[in-house]
Amino acid sequence: MRTKRAVLLPLVLLTLLLAVFPLVGETFYIQLLTKVMIMAIFAMSLDLLVGYTGLVSLGHAAFYGLAGYVLARVAPQYEPASLWTTLPLAMAACAAFALLTGLLVLRTSGVYFIMVTLAFAQMLFFVFHDTPIGGGSDGIYIYAKPLVKIGETTLLDLEDRSVFFWFVLGLMAVVYLFLRRVLDSNFGRALVGIKTNEHRLQALGFPTFRYKLASYMLSGTLAGLAGYLAAAQFGFVNPEILGWHTSGGVLMMVILGGMGSVHGAALGAFAFILLQEVLSNQSWFGAVAKHWQLAMGLFIIGVALLLPRGLMGLMGVAGYFTGKAKSVDE
Amino acid sequence: MSEAILRAESLTKRFGGLTAVSEVTLELHVGQVHAVIGPNGAGKSTLTNLLSGDLPPSAGVIHYLDEAQVRHNLAGMKSDRIARLGIGRSYQKTNIFLPFTAFENCRLAAQSRLPRAWRIFRGADRYADVNAIAERSLQAAGLSERSEMPAAALSHGEQRQLEIAMCLETQPRVLLLDEPLAGMGPQESQRIIELIRQLTPAHAIMLIEHDMDAVFAVAHCLTVMVNGEVIESGAPAEIRASLKVQQAYLGDAHGGFNG
Repeated sequence: MRTKRAVLLPLVLLTLLLAVFPLVGETFYIQLLTKVMIMAIFAMSLDLLVGYTGLVSLGHAAFYGLAGYVLARVAPQYEPASLWTTLPLAMAACAAFALLTGLLVLRTSGVYFIMVTLAFAQMLFFVFHDTPIGGGSDGIYIYAKPLVKIGETTLLDLEDRSVFFWFVLGLMAVVYLFLRRVLDSNFGRALVGIKTNEHRLQALGFPTFRYKLASYMLSGTLAGLAGYLAAAQFGFVNPEILGWHTSGGVLMMVILGGMGSVHGAALGAFAFILLQEVLSNQSWFGAVAKHWQLAMGLFIIGVALLLPRGLMGLMGVAGYFTGKAKSVDE
Repeated sequence: MSEAILRAESLTKRFGGLTAVSEVTLELHVGQVHAVIGPNGAGKSTLTNLLSGDLPPSAGVIHYLDEAQVRHNLAGMKSDRIARLGIGRSYQKTNIFLPFTAFENCRLAAQSRLPRAWRIFRGADRYADVNAIAERSLQAAGLSERSEMPAAALSHGEQRQLEIAMCLETQPRVLLLDEPLAGMGPQESQRIIELIRQLTPAHAIMLIEHDMDAVFAVAHCLTVMVNGEVIESGAPAEIRASLKVQQAYLGDAHGGFNG
């Protein structure tokens, strides 16, 4: 892994800071940061598609929500489900859904791709909203967090908010390192080639459709991981998690953080949710806090105008491929 | 003459009511440069796009004999498959990965021919053989010094050379060169003409070019197209002597066409 030192050091420091947080932080903030880290996984998964493959999806919530519903449906009513079976099942369901829809949506591009991904996500929304399988608009409760056990020994007690926090932190780090690895491989370089000039890549003999499908499936499966964790954390699922607000929110995180940078996407998730918390804090902003969306909108407009590479642009890192020995994103 | 490696028969492309390429039959042989000439709008680039799979033909067949002497019909096949069968092309308008370095452009092209595309855990820069191919072809294109520069920062001539270098890395047996000399200075042109000569013995080359001196310097065979149709095809001397060509094409030169 050839992560630039300049980026590596702050990342390691931030991870260490996060790791000690549950020892000192209040419950509310531990839970908030857990949610932020789950959204960071979600945003990184979308960045693989948007920032590296050049496919802007407005239907990523479909995978996020689907995985949550899988957990809710297969978990016993009042008892905990096993993580070993439910997590792979939820992610496999997302991979299968990505394969099925990918074969269709990847035949389009640009604005049409945005429309078709949105359409599929909305279809799924209405399937869970209007049929009994998902409990309708009320959704389903998940009364207990999944069990992580080997035999009779509990490896991780996810009911403990600190343990759940560390579990999510660990998975976020794994997803980050995994994506860095994948993006620096031949496969990842081909994806960036598709984003840059798909036509040329085809003329060189790359079967680009297959690459895009693989990227779409990988992205959807990782979004499923985020959705599973979110459902486990909040203890319920409802059709809102499949809605276009969710898709739009995660897309905004990616754009805010900086498309085409894995840690940029994660940073975007942190900035987006924490800012939302700060701006809507009534004890700080009083009556204005009700209108936090206005301030958020202004902030996003500001970033879009001043930092075309998102918050990552602040770090003053050089553009892609400034040298052959450097990795795709830096 | 040996059997043609590629033979297009009655190739036709219609865009709505316009027939851009009409019933074109043409053969390419290894060791020969087949030049296709004609005024702008004659359908030369469309013909290239049909052969490379960038556009599907409306009618006609394209016979191709691959390395294992297996016969394929390329008509209607997708461009990436055609490229993998051994047909490489350059574009009239330079078509490369502008934000990538010259090296990465070449590395990516070299990667396309190796059966490791799906290894997702090994760094792309860690394949010594791929790196060596990329470095060698940069050198051949005279771009070693520019290796770390983004392709967008190269001069027009350098970009065109880079594109040909990338195309060669895919180890094609048939080369479709669409106006490789367009916009090049005399020295750069000479370099490309020299390169075409070097490549000729091992490749079947189709050359589209407006520079008649260059065409007559390298071509073994010429096809003249006007309004999508082939009006004459033959050896350079026959084309020079052809009345039809003089009337339809060279005759235009006096009327303002600067071929």
